[in-house]
Amino acid sequence: MAAPPALEITGLVKRYGPATAVDGLTLTAARGEVTALLGPNGAGKTSTIEICEGFRPHDAGTVRVLGLAPRDRALKPRIGVMPQTGGVPGTARAGEFLRLMASFHRDPLDPAALMERLGLTAHARTPYRRMSGGQQQRLSLAAALVGRPELVFLDEPTAGLDPQARHATWELVGELRAAGVSVLLTTHFMDEAEQLADHVVIVDHGRVVAEGSPAELTGAERQLRFRARPGLGLDELVGALPVGSAAKESPAGHYLVEGDVRPELLATVTAWCAAHGVLAEDLRIERRTLEDVFLELTGRELRG
Amino acid sequence: MTTKSVLDLTPRPAAAPLPAMVAAQTAYEVKGVLRNGEQLLLTLIIPVFLLVLFSVTSLLDLGAGARVDFLTPGIIALAVMSTAFTSQAIGTGFERRYGVLKRLGATPLPRSGLILAKTLTVVLIELLQVAVITAVALALGWSPAGNPAAALLAVLLGTAAFSGFGLLMAGTLRAEATLAAANLVYILLLLLGGVVFPLSKFPEALRPVLEYLPITALTEALRAVLADGAALPGRELLVLAVWAVAGLALAARFFRWE
Repeated sequence: MAAPPALEITGLVKRYGPATAVDGLTLTAARGEVTALLGPNGAGKTSTIEICEGFRPHDAGTVRVLGLAPRDRALKPRIGVMPQTGGVPGTARAGEFLRLMASFHRDPLDPAALMERLGLTAHARTPYRRMSGGQQQRLSLAAALVGRPELVFLDEPTAGLDPQARHATWELVGELRAAGVSVLLTTHFMDEAEQLADHVVIVDHGRVVAEGSPAELTGAERQLRFRARPGLGLDELVGALPVGSAAKESPAGHYLVEGDVRPELLATVTAWCAAHGVLAEDLRIERRTLEDVFLELTGRELRG
Repeated sequence: MTTKSVLDLTPRPAAAPLPAMVAAQTAYEVKGVLRNGEQLLLTLIIPVFLLVLFSVTSLLDLGAGARVDFLTPGIIALAVMSTAFTSQAIGTGFERRYGVLKRLGATPLPRSGLILAKTLTVVLIELLQVAVITAVALALGWSPAGNPAAALLAVLLGTAAFSGFGLLMAGTLRAEATLAAANLVYILLLLLGGVVFPLSKFPEALRPVLEYLPITALTEALRAVLADGAALPGRELLVLAVWAVAGLALAARFFRWE
């Protein structure tokens, strides 16, 4: 029999009083893959991950983590948990805390090597409350990994990190994957999901609104962008383009042409620019980004 | 350029044996208490200060007999309360508030193991307190009487009673409320429980109530054994046992981990 998936969630519902945080969410995270839950604030990502971690009960649906119920004690050594914030006493020294976490496992990583790898060696004796936000995040990540888990839950692992620390974290997630560890992470950074995930699950209002590999989600569609002086008459340009094409200026001076982007279309655009004395800067053809897809699916309005 | 060490992240999940986990958690907690200045003030400095102050001065009228003989049992009771109740309530309250208990819940350390580690921590700190208080008291001329086993039984029952209510407070109130309430209870019980101020100084009508406070029961039990050489102060031990059962039962019922 094949090993059960890292995660199997069917029809998950979680309510807080009258509010429904998770509303019939279904997803499967394959073993050895990085699965990203992507969604706006309040989409139900953290509720979902905390149910999987065994921290919260759920109201309906089924959840299987490595084939077991989330609260099964047999699961504890097999999972690593990095909560969104906290979880470490303010007075705890980084090195001591990590050694404590290691001591709960029979065959842990060497805490010193892990600290070294995450650039925390100089802070081994620093109390948690005096560490910077980024250092706290890295210690929390280290604590999730030190037990050599099969499945790691990372709730917004790079929130508040500087670019160096962010890339170091990404690299480590890549290594986890290479070592055969399954990873479930939540994020609202598109580039993070695009870079790291084998499988992206876009969640909004407690439901899955789209899922697939980053390439599947962004599709084959291309678009053309350029910058030029604001206020070009686009109607005439659209008239010259094949039927079904569209052009818009947003924000001022930034132009976007959508449609069947072929060499002929590029030639038409540049010819039109030449005819109008327009120098198209930063002209490029690109695939839709995950951000485009995300905003299309979840809307642009700000969430409270 | 820095060279990055290669970590072998291949999964190799297995829990450590339970005794090893509990030992590690206990060592970690004991270190935390010893390093925490506020907790040391409460658990060691204040009791020793009160013992020395009221032993060498005549600020308090303690009746006949050596002052230190009257004071030491009360100071030991105060030390037990400060560790098992005040210090444990505040420490655990903030662990709950900062999600530490929640995070520990995701590790292989079971909750029973965590509670066991906390209990062992309290007992170890109490051993240290009793050693220091005894040394200071002996230097001040203390001559204890009675059966050490009876005193030990009283301390164990007192520890259970105070731990139950300390954990009940930590597991139900906000951390800030626990901090305030635990300190307030500490002061009130210090003043009202016969620790340094003899019960005979309080109004007649109040005394029957004060006698049933856990701190009074512990103080009087220890005083009966260590000062008066009583074999087994049955009534006080019974009062402590009732507080212990009630506190632990309430804590088990109402403690919230997050």
